Amino acid sequence: MSILVLAEHDNNELNPATLNAVAAAAQIGGDIHILVAGSGCGGVADAAAKVAGVSKVLSADSAEYANGIAENMIPLIMSVIDGYSHLLAPATTYGKNILPGVAALKDVAQISDIIRVDDADTFQRPIYAGNALATVKSGEALKVITVRTTSFEAVAAEGGSAAVEAVSATGDAGKTTFGKSELSSSDRPELTSAKIVISGGRGMQDGSNFAMLEKVADKLGAAVGASRAAVDAGFVPNDYQVGQTGKVVAPDLYVAVGISGAIQHLAGMKDSKVIVAINKDEEAPIFQVADYGLVDDLFSAVPQLEGEL
Amino acid sequence: MKILVPVKRVIDYNVKVRVKADQTGVELANVKMAMNPFDEIAVEQAIRLKEAGTATEIVAVSIGPDQSQETIRTALAMGADRGIHVPASHDTEPLAVAKILKALVEKEAPGLVILGKQAIDDDSNQTGQMLSALLGWPQATFASGVEIAGDALNVIREVDGGLEHISSKLPAVITVDLRLNEPRYASLPNIMKAKKKPLDQVSLDDLGVDASQRLTVVKVEEPPAREAGITVASVSELVDKLKNEAKVI
Ligand SMILES: Cc1cc2nc3c(=O)[nH]c(=O)nc-3n(C[C@H](O)[C@H](O)[C@H](O)COP(=O)(O)OP(=O)(O)OC[C@H]3O[C@@H](n4cnc5c(N)ncnc54)[C@H](O)[C@@H]3O)c2cc1C
Ligand SMILES: Cc1cc2nc3c(=O)[nH]c(=O)nc-3n(C[C@H](O)[C@H](O)[C@H](O)COP(=O)(O)OP(=O)(O)OC[C@H]3O[C@@H](n4cnc5c(N)ncnc54)[C@H](O)[C@@H]3O)c2cc1C
Repeated sequence: MSILVLAEHDNNELNPATLNAVAAAAQIGGDIHILVAGSGCGGVADAAAKVAGVSKVLSADSAEYANGIAENMIPLIMSVIDGYSHLLAPATTYGKNILPGVAALKDVAQISDIIRVDDADTFQRPIYAGNALATVKSGEALKVITVRTTSFEAVAAEGGSAAVEAVSATGDAGKTTFGKSELSSSDRPELTSAKIVISGGRGMQDGSNFAMLEKVADKLGAAVGASRAAVDAGFVPNDYQVGQTGKVVAPDLYVAVGISGAIQHLAGMKDSKVIVAINKDEEAPIFQVADYGLVDDLFSAVPQLEGEL
Repeated sequence: MKILVPVKRVIDYNVKVRVKADQTGVELANVKMAMNPFDEIAVEQAIRLKEAGTATEIVAVSIGPDQSQETIRTALAMGADRGIHVPASHDTEPLAVAKILKALVEKEAPGLVILGKQAIDDDSNQTGQMLSALLGWPQATFASGVEIAGDALNVIREVDGGLEHISSKLPAVITVDLRLNEPRYASLPNIMKAKKKPLDQVSLDDLGVDASQRLTVVKVEEPPAREAGITVASVSELVDKLKNEAKVI
């Protein structure tokens, strides 16, 4: 068996989510190769070669791969995929955008968002916002899989010494051109890999009130997240959204502030080790999953929390 | 331009699903069903494009059991012009759905297919991407902004790091994210009118698509339950617990 893992990166750095996907590959077992496709991404290929357990890196360095445009990435993957038993990518917007097209062209099913590997053909994945876990078995010649990063502990970024092999570029498909990106920048840890996350909901009332959460986050080295309602209301940008249709997080500590605990929100955070809820409504469903619940007005509780840390 | 909008019938998002005792799936009997919320956003977008004069006809498609026709009627009541129902089992996999949609695209020749980014039952997030690969059309996934001028398509996408702007040309496949628009409610008169709008059935045989399942569901189980927590009386007690009991700060 040999497994191809699609690396996620920004042409400069390997996105750590790749290391979680490699961890799932290691559980499946077999030769693990990483495909790095980008533009001026030699440094990323070198970093991928050092990832523990990886035996080969395929590097496609060409302008058409600069921004991960799916219509350009899919032909490339198709050109190298023969002989592999599995194709994996992290279940990020990057992986979710690219992998299904490969599955379709190979005429195989994709298994999305796996959280457990039972054997080389059998995987567990959440369905219905994580209210049920399905174990599915695939008899396909190629298993195309996206990996929920929080369910697989990252392999070491160092320790490997894989060979880097250049692969020929497949050209610009000429279907989609990249304009620009508007990325949120923050000195705080990345939401999906942070050890502590503090999230605010509609109860925050206004975007400026998130400054209260940021102060707590800075004291704890935490990332800041949000409910859909807070994003929809424009308090914070879309990349803050935690939940079924946003990001899945599983930190050591998750603090939900002014969040009611809708199924869709719980789907994105209920695997956190310790959950704290601060909400003035003692009936709020968030308290059903909280290890520590504080029934209080967030506008007094949060500043006090900051003061006591 | 014609727009095809695939709409899926799913368990209503407010329902807390229950796993069947025999672990073969989840309880669907007597459970409230509704249109996948992302598909409401897709229908709304198509209607807005029609209102803006960009689109001329909106065709809502659903693949599934007979009750999927109700979902099509909802789309018609919102403002779609006609419906196509493809009878199939409720758990038709995304690859099969994409093949069915491809066959319908070849028949209907739309300039745009607008899908939800994911269905909230199986959360696969695959169908639109598969369809665009099968058609060889551009794909614009997770759209939170859509602009069409002539055959130029500009889309703003929600990605993990923030937003991305891309441009392509029609015909294309779009999958929509939550913030693209706020879907309208169907008014009572429109619900009545929708009953008279055309709704055709097309069979898998007509389309020549093999929709057999590729994956076997071995087991469906409940996730492990969390242990009950405690209520703390004050912020000081909370900080103390986090430091000394949970040891997470
Ligand atoms: C298709 C679909 C996908 C969705 N995806 C997601 C998703 O990915 N993530 C997500 O989060 N949601 C998602 N949702 C939305 C979800 O159903 C809820 O609407 C949302 O999570 C509610 O956000 P909230 O808890 O911030 O707001 P609310 O439910 O309005 O709760 C606000 C809470 O704040 C409390 N509060 C108010 N003022 C104070 C105060 N001064 N002090 C303390 N507490 C206070 C209130 O008691 C209340 O419990 C989705 C919905 C749909 C239909
Ligand atoms: C327990 C269980 C586990 C399963 N696990 C898997 C699995 O791991 N992999 C797999 O491939 N299948 C699996 N299936 C099959 C599953 O039923 C399909 O994944 C599902 O029906 C289609 O996926 P989705 O709706 O989540 O697709 P998505 O790709 O999330 O849907 C996106 C969009 O496609 C359109 N669309 C999708 N279906 C239809 C439809 N029927 N009619 C009209 N438009 C539609 C809608 O616009 C929708 O918003 C499983 C089924 C069960 C019962």
